[in-house]
Amino acid sequence: MTLMDFLNFHLVPGIVLGSIYAVGAIGITLVFGILRFAHFAHGDMATLGAFIALALVTAGIDPWRALPIAMAVMAVVAIGVDKLFYDYLKARPKIVTVMASLGVALMLRAVVQVVFGVDPRTYASGIVRPDDYFGILLRDRELYTLAAVVLIVIGLTLFLRHSRWGKAMRAMSDNPDLARLSGVDNRKVTMLTWAIVGALCAASGFMLGINNELHSMMGWQVLLPMFAAAILGGVGRVEGAVLGGLIVGIAEEMSIFILPAQYKAATAFVLLLLILLVRPRGLLNGKVL
Amino acid sequence: MDLLGLANYAVFMGILIGIYALLSLGLNIQWGFTGLFNAGIAGFFAVGAYASAILTSLPASGRLGGYELPLVVGWLASMAAAAAIAWPIGKICLRFRSDYLAIATIGIAEIIRLVIRTEGWLTGGVRGVTGVPRPFGDLDYMPSQLAYLAIVATLVLVAYLLVERQVKAPWGRMMRAIRDNELAAAAMGKQVEARRLQAFVFGSALMGLAGALFVHFNRSITPEAIDPMIATFLIWIMLILGGSGNNRGAILGAAVIWIIWSVSELLTDRLPTEIAVQAKYARVFIIGLTLQLVLRFRPEGILPERQAGAPPHR
Amino acid sequence: MALLDMKDVRGGYGDADVLHGVSMRVGEREIVVIVGPNGAGKSTAMKSVFGLLTVRGGSIVFDGEDITGWAPDRIVQRGICYVPQVDNVFREMTVHENFEMGAFLRRGDLSAAYDRIYGLFPDLKAKRRNLAGDLSGGQRQMVAMGRALMLDPKLLLLDEPTAGLSPKYMEQIFQITRDVRDAGVSILLVEQHAKQALAFCDRGYVLATGANRHEGSGQALLADREVAEMFLGG
Ligand SMILES: Nc1ncnc2c1ncn2[C@@H]1O[C@H](COP(=O)(O)OP(=O)(O)OP(=O)(O)O)[C@@H](O)[C@H]1O
Ligand SMILES: [Mg+2]
Repeated sequence: MTLMDFLNFHLVPGIVLGSIYAVGAIGITLVFGILRFAHFAHGDMATLGAFIALALVTAGIDPWRALPIAMAVMAVVAIGVDKLFYDYLKARPKIVTVMASLGVALMLRAVVQVVFGVDPRTYASGIVRPDDYFGILLRDRELYTLAAVVLIVIGLTLFLRHSRWGKAMRAMSDNPDLARLSGVDNRKVTMLTWAIVGALCAASGFMLGINNELHSMMGWQVLLPMFAAAILGGVGRVEGAVLGGLIVGIAEEMSIFILPAQYKAATAFVLLLLILLVRPRGLLNGKVL
Repeated sequence: MDLLGLANYAVFMGILIGIYALLSLGLNIQWGFTGLFNAGIAGFFAVGAYASAILTSLPASGRLGGYELPLVVGWLASMAAAAAIAWPIGKICLRFRSDYLAIATIGIAEIIRLVIRTEGWLTGGVRGVTGVPRPFGDLDYMPSQLAYLAIVATLVLVAYLLVERQVKAPWGRMMRAIRDNELAAAAMGKQVEARRLQAFVFGSALMGLAGALFVHFNRSITPEAIDPMIATFLIWIMLILGGSGNNRGAILGAAVIWIIWSVSELLTDRLPTEIAVQAKYARVFIIGLTLQLVLRFRPEGILPERQAGAPPHR
Repeated sequence: MALLDMKDVRGGYGDADVLHGVSMRVGEREIVVIVGPNGAGKSTAMKSVFGLLTVRGGSIVFDGEDITGWAPDRIVQRGICYVPQVDNVFREMTVHENFEMGAFLRRGDLSAAYDRIYGLFPDLKAKRRNLAGDLSGGQRQMVAMGRALMLDPKLLLLDEPTAGLSPKYMEQIFQITRDVRDAGVSILLVEQHAKQALAFCDRGYVLATGANRHEGSGQALLADREVAEMFLGG
């Protein structure tokens, strides 16, 4: 195998997949860090977001224009899910909310299955030939995916670093009691977090869909790699989620050198157990719940 | 349906309810008494099913097997295999909050599914394992079903009595104390980890045994037989609705939910095919919703945990 | 009239009471110290003022208004700020961001407020971009006080600000506390270092097993034989 083959067939797909995982993992790490529970409906929210974008595309909207709309819709859906199914559990141990989120996962998936069916779908049909950038082969959609992920990460980082409510979110993640003593309204931070998480779900689902295909299990199947990425990077750390996402994505694409291809999906699991074993706070020193 | 048909159906349901009751009891040890979140129940069930099937089945070309070992060996092996998988997972994850265990058990269930599909030499791949013997299988249909029901019922009773005894013993009191008070749990440190591990491994072993009972009842198993998410989720609802922390509740929940689930399947099967598929997924939606409703309006379940002086449930 | 007037407050965390009737008063520009053995309920008394536990009896009046049972964010806005005993900074945020969070409820130009805080804690000026979690214990305590002062409170509650600090830092914290008071803020303070605290406060309360034991001026308490035997090592 030449170096170029390695780059084009393993590293580049790994980076593309990894950056999609990163977007999902950021959402997981925000919920884990700020609301303090493992959100198992995350993957299926991504599925729903992807299919909402599909509905828009079917209505004649260009896929990349449909993305922001789908993100906005999912922001609202996520807030609604919280109000309907998680909010009333807040006085109980957090693990009960984890269970509720598993139920929500099942419900969201069933909605997709009833409304859109179970057959695989795509945003655009036909084969797209990649363009050659100094020997690196990239399709437009891969390029746009990478650009979109970079935009999302920069935008979110700026928001968390510099805006009043972004700081409130970080404060809540850092020390919830003290945040409350400082007058931060817990409910507003919760709503804002869900809005962002919903939008991120839609983005990751859409990007999975546009780089491959859409089907009702797509989100559930990436839940484990996304969790592995979030924990690998360090729970509560946005930069960590990005790093973790890239590592998991690249590792999955590289796994075929040591594992039969059928076990690609096991890579994330192995990474997860390894990091829990040797460094549970993750690479960037996140939280351990 | 005539009377005999109805009786047949009742016995058939009884056997499956017994198998689900074992799963629900296993989960009760983990969640009900110890607060451990196992989201990979289907995985432990499948491991038990395949372990016993491989050890006891007739020879078949292309896969391991043909040992034709006695059933008891198969059943013990099913428990041992499930326990052997639970142990390292628990060892790694039980130091942390139960969220991590939940993630890891989702992962292990997925890996078990991959292995079953991929490793044809071991599991027969998509063709599965057939020729699994059934105790009293050469009797006539009805006596054979009744005999199997008796075996399942006995095992459920034994499991129930064993778990009840454990829970009433100091072990159970300590587990509840740990579950209800994270601070106390943290203060007890290492010892708590060991106890939690015991609960996780023991519960998983029961789930493995349920798998074995299922495979010997069915006489065969294929990867399709177990839909990981739905199977796992059904058990969760059985326990929560029945009353987590209460063994009788766990068994009752298994019966109630399994009857509702299968009757609704009978109903949706009669629908015209165009909407039958959608109805199938609508059922899944409804079980998801049922969980939310139970958590909201009756979190303690039908039969709440019996516990003097303590708040009913979490 | 006293700024803060707690009368016969009872309450606790769960069903059991921890406070069995605690009464305390803090006047304008006064430094009041609470001392008492570990587990006496000193922190709990402070939290009861701040609406952090179920108060089952008695009343808490602040600045002429009954604030019993108010939620913390409302109390903050009314003019009381609180520095908890532990976990009192945002460790993952910079010193400056900690102050910004302190001023979360304040709008408008804050530069005067920042100048005031950095004037009180000049050491922190050079560290403003450091993470609070990376600072030394004493500096962290200053960040915690600074955060609480950002809202310009009328009353500041400090729970063991000198715990685990070297004598040098302790002296510095006491000095800052006095400076804050001189700027017009009343202070209610829990202290383990009973001798030093009683020496520098205006008045003190001795709490034991969730109830008042003694009260009086700092000097008077220091002179009291019983108090001395209880806490001051004879
Ligand atoms: N969050 C809590 N939940 C339940 N009980 C608590 C809690 N915090 C404190 N207690 C109990 O309340 C009592 C008083 O505790 P408190 O923290 O007020 O004491 P303290 O006087 O501040 O002691 P110290 O000098 O150690 O800080 C103790 O018996 C303690 O166990
Ligand atoms: Mg204290």
